[in-house]
Amino acid sequence: MSDQSYVRTEMLGEKPPPSSQVGVVKWVMENLFSSIPNAIMTIVSVWVVYYILSGILPWAFQSSWNATSLHGCRAYIAETYGEGVEGACWSVINERWKQLLFGFYPKELYWRPVVTLALMFVAISPVLFTSVPRKVMLFSVIYPFLAFWLLWGGSIWLPIVAFLGLVIAYLAIVYLPALVGSLGATIGAGVLPILFWIVIAGPIIDGLNGIAPIGIEGVDSDQMGGFMISIIIGVSGIALSLPIGILLALGRQSPLFIVKTICVGFIEFIRGVPLITLLFVASVLLNYFLPPGTNFDLILRVIIMVTFFAAAYMAEVIRGGLAALPKGQYEAADALGLDYWKATRLIIMPQALKISIPNIVSNFIGLFKDTTLVSIIGLLDPMGLARAIPADQNWNGIVWEIYVFIALLFWIFTFSMSRYSMYLERKLATGH
Amino acid sequence: MVTEIEREIDRSKMQVSDEVAIQITNMNKWYGAFHVLKDINLTVNRGERIVVCGPSGSGKSTLIRCINRLEVHQEGSIIVDGTELSSDLKNIDKIRSEVGMCFQHFNLFPHLTILENCTLAPIWVRNVPKKEAEETAMHFLEKVKIPEQADKYPGQLSGGQQQRVAIARSLCMKPRIMLFDEPTSALDPEMISEVLDTMIELAEEGMTMIVVTHEMGFARKVANRVIFMDAGQIVEENEPEQFFTNPQSERTQLFLSQILGH
Repeated sequence: MSDQSYVRTEMLGEKPPPSSQVGVVKWVMENLFSSIPNAIMTIVSVWVVYYILSGILPWAFQSSWNATSLHGCRAYIAETYGEGVEGACWSVINERWKQLLFGFYPKELYWRPVVTLALMFVAISPVLFTSVPRKVMLFSVIYPFLAFWLLWGGSIWLPIVAFLGLVIAYLAIVYLPALVGSLGATIGAGVLPILFWIVIAGPIIDGLNGIAPIGIEGVDSDQMGGFMISIIIGVSGIALSLPIGILLALGRQSPLFIVKTICVGFIEFIRGVPLITLLFVASVLLNYFLPPGTNFDLILRVIIMVTFFAAAYMAEVIRGGLAALPKGQYEAADALGLDYWKATRLIIMPQALKISIPNIVSNFIGLFKDTTLVSIIGLLDPMGLARAIPADQNWNGIVWEIYVFIALLFWIFTFSMSRYSMYLERKLATGH
Repeated sequence: MVTEIEREIDRSKMQVSDEVAIQITNMNKWYGAFHVLKDINLTVNRGERIVVCGPSGSGKSTLIRCINRLEVHQEGSIIVDGTELSSDLKNIDKIRSEVGMCFQHFNLFPHLTILENCTLAPIWVRNVPKKEAEETAMHFLEKVKIPEQADKYPGQLSGGQQQRVAIARSLCMKPRIMLFDEPTSALDPEMISEVLDTMIELAEEGMTMIVVTHEMGFARKVANRVIFMDAGQIVEENEPEQFFTNPQSERTQLFLSQILGH
């Protein structure tokens, strides 16, 4: 045996790592003080955070909750925290939060928007989470009509008959292909319900109201306001703009010249116009075009305009997703004998939408926040109220508190959307 | 590009019948002003195994892509299984569901599992009940020797495995004709033979196959006819022994010396 040969006779056990490799010390060294510039930036950042919080926190917490006017607030703060202390006057939120949430909706009927919101979460759950039983989807289909009835009240026959239009569209999709082919059925599913709503629905509703006047107390659009209106417009816009955007994106790629031209024209026109212009068109101009005497609800008009606007952007986002798909996916679907709609639904769209999730959600968030623009055409959404409330003599001069409250409300919704989109991306990752 | 094929090939079932599977007559195709396919005449009988080879850009892929109308021809006729390819969508869908196709880049659907890839077309095109479609899919996945991967996604498989899944996916539609568009060109050498093995097994069962490939070993052992294309035309057509030992045209000789020389 030479001197260089070596045989290990016993294996070594594990030793604990040095303290620089574990726990808090390691994390701090790696993330905050890994180099001199890093250490300097850490110190500067800590100072900036301290500076901001030292301004905000005393203001937020040395505050008044129960005063009845801005004067009362100031007096209370001066008395409790000493002269010259600037404190928040949360009393205004305490007094007006119901108004910021519901506008001028009748107080005794607040339960209706609350129930509507709760049911909304039930209705969107099967869309958001695959673990929810598929049968809940049926409720999601009925929900928009139920929500309309709960919020606006009135006769129960209006939403029911309107829903029948959807049933007609469904029947057309299922039974017409055998008679007139799939293209005819698609057109039929679009045209028949519209004919039904315009021509037949009115007399039927009147008739049914005559026979059995069932309904709940009606609430007018101008009584609605606050965050409720943001949610109504935002959620309707989101729910409608995605399917319309998908159709526009597909139409833009269509080899059929007329379909393509209409889609490109629509997208480019709507994208070329500021949303605020469309909202003015909704509030003022539309009345000139509609036959005299038609009372076309302002919120409904705004929803339509917001939907158009969002759909045009959505179409471009989805077109990006479609463009990112390799041509081979279309070819493989074709080669297996799938027709256009099946290939689109089963192969193309699931992948294109998955690629576009971050952009789609970011558009949704933008749309939701853009709903605050409706305050400019006179709807009392939270931003409208933020200008209306200080006009009250008691709260004259109040600014920050209301905006902080509104920001918080919006942030809760948009942050949940953003977290959900991250969850969805993780869930759909299939390792390619 | 000669991958040695070591296994014994069972030719007992590889018989060519008199029945015509594909008939291409005077077919011409242009890309804009560029004449890609010139006066193609080709008759394929049921049970034939045809290898199409030629330099790149010679139109061989375009030719087989015309057979299931992934490309549209402008002149002449293509009749598949007695149905003529025209702009009639019903005929196209009918032919596509009878003709299976495998691509160079596999083109599996990355958002679906292997099993879902295989059951999708039977369920949605043939209206096969889900359970039955899954049984068929597992049968063919066993045949291409990857049943254990059924619940994985394509992105988790190797290239050779993906191509075998693609073959199984086509077979699930019970096609009467299979088209292969350079099925091994995107694969590492050791994966080529596993895919070729699967294709040989198919040939042994009497499947009608048209294969665009540079794998001359496969052509020699499995094909009953080799077609050489250049500049959009069929330059030479012969049985493999004759084609490889005694090529007639100069262009074919040059091509073979280049491809077999290394």
